[in-house]
Amino acid sequence: MSDLRELYQQTIIDHNRKPRNFHPLTDADHHAKGHNPLCGDRLELYLKMDGDRIQDASFTGAGCAISTASASMMTEAIKGRTIQEAKSLFTKFHTLLTTPMHEPIDVDGLDKLEVFSGVREFPVRIKCATLAWHTLDAALKDDRSEAKTE
Amino acid sequence: MPTLPPKTTRAPSPPWTSLDVRADFPILYCGERPVVYLDNAATSQKPDAVIAVTTRYYKSMNANIHRGVYRLSVEATDAYESARTRTAAFIGARNPREVVFTRGCTEAINLVAMTWGLQNLKPGSRIVLTQMEHHSNIVPWQMVAARTGAKIEVTPVTADGELDIAAFERLVGQGAALVAVTHISNVLGTINPIAELTQIAHRHGALMLVDGAQSVAHMPVDVAALDCDFFTFSGHKMCGPTGIGALWARGELLDAMPPYQGGGDMISTVSFEGSTWNVVPHKFEAGTPDIAGAIGLGAAIDYLTRLNMSRVAEVEANLLSYAEKVLRTIPGLRIVGQARHKASVISFLLDGAHPHDIGTILDQEHIAIRTGHHCCQPLMDFYHIPATARASLAFYNTPEDIDALATGLRRVIEVFR
Ligand SMILES: Cc1ncc(COP(=O)(O)O)c(C=O)c1O
Repeated sequence: MSDLRELYQQTIIDHNRKPRNFHPLTDADHHAKGHNPLCGDRLELYLKMDGDRIQDASFTGAGCAISTASASMMTEAIKGRTIQEAKSLFTKFHTLLTTPMHEPIDVDGLDKLEVFSGVREFPVRIKCATLAWHTLDAALKDDRSEAKTE
Repeated sequence: MPTLPPKTTRAPSPPWTSLDVRADFPILYCGERPVVYLDNAATSQKPDAVIAVTTRYYKSMNANIHRGVYRLSVEATDAYESARTRTAAFIGARNPREVVFTRGCTEAINLVAMTWGLQNLKPGSRIVLTQMEHHSNIVPWQMVAARTGAKIEVTPVTADGELDIAAFERLVGQGAALVAVTHISNVLGTINPIAELTQIAHRHGALMLVDGAQSVAHMPVDVAALDCDFFTFSGHKMCGPTGIGALWARGELLDAMPPYQGGGDMISTVSFEGSTWNVVPHKFEAGTPDIAGAIGLGAAIDYLTRLNMSRVAEVEANLLSYAEKVLRTIPGLRIVGQARHKASVISFLLDGAHPHDIGTILDQEHIAIRTGHHCCQPLMDFYHIPATARASLAFYNTPEDIDALATGLRRVIEVFR
């Protein structure tokens, strides 16, 4: 049960129940679809850029609690950031998820995203947490094909 | 360590219960606490009898088959061919030569598609499938359709998860060459009326392939009574090893079909001018087969035969009605698949909790269920759902397993409250 509470932290439950930025962006200039074939999670990500800066971000779709909360919190985290900042945040986030349990992690700059550290105990769920971020990568590249976690 | 219930040396004579046979499955007792294994539609667990026979083969009988004059090879050949004979008898086949060993159900369907299909399908030929097929009874037909110009038609299902028989008859009546239907849906649990569907197919001149992956381990199967033309299944879903399965087909069909793969054992003579084929079923078994697997499958069939498949079906039907009763008490739970004739497969959705999260939380309670699309994406699309959670029961599951599932699901609700 302690592991479960680590995974399903209150913030995650809350973002799953009430996802933020959960709507299409009519004036989006970047857009990509993400799909996790293993569990069927699908999401669409919308970005409105201001030069090099992500001015607005939103998403739609259906997925598990981890992927929904991750998408919701990602859109909050990347708003106002430059492409480079968003990418380095993804790198940090990815490191958080893949660092073995007993090893220390550098949470500097992750802020709220730190709540996903419990996912480390559940390797099969890492893809759920990274789906939104892979989709962000695709959207920034304007990749028309679907971003996949596989 | 959990304490093992007393061991049954002989399979108990009917009417036995789950508790009497549970101890035959060592994996259920091997961890710190018993695992509640509810993913039998994916693969079944293996009884001691099967594990022992497989080990004994490697320890005291291992030799290649059909080639040696020495004692070990003769013994291995006899054991392999005896497994074929028992497999044939188990599904009501008239003749063991009509049973071709394959890697599993998937390979058996691919074999038919790539031999009978490539030989007989032409541009415009129709293959009738159903909305509830497993990917392994869809994709081989798409591959063969792409090569032959054949067309695939899909029989719709109802909201309850039954086949629309009138639509089926209409589709078949438009000149189908082949109908390929699952005996039991691995998602909905629906038991399809195969004998009736075969009659319709034959009336319109189509051949009938039955995907028996989910039926052989859960009900008595008699291919003669079903009157189908091809029947395919996997050993690992019926208490046998992985890597072995079978295709049953009418002898005349097998005789007329070209070989599947080329190599040793499937030939009669080989020269660089040309080769001739061995007789059926060896024509379809190129190379060294999974000898241990086949012998293990034979042992699984002996085990199930001793249990008696009618009793297996009865025990599982009782478990299913208990499970459905218990699950109906879980608030916000909806069962997907409410066919009148149902096997012990229960797909469900829970308000506010995604199947994937349900699976993770139940796993913490040592309860193994399956979540996802179950290799049936077209069926998920049809119901407009991305995934389901699925508990699939076997005769060694107990009412306590179901109670554990219910407790686990209440936990899920708590986490997401
Ligand atoms: C209905 C059905 N058909 C075919 C298969 C394929 O079986 P295998 O993967 O053992 O070849 C399965 C197994 O999941 C199944 O449930």
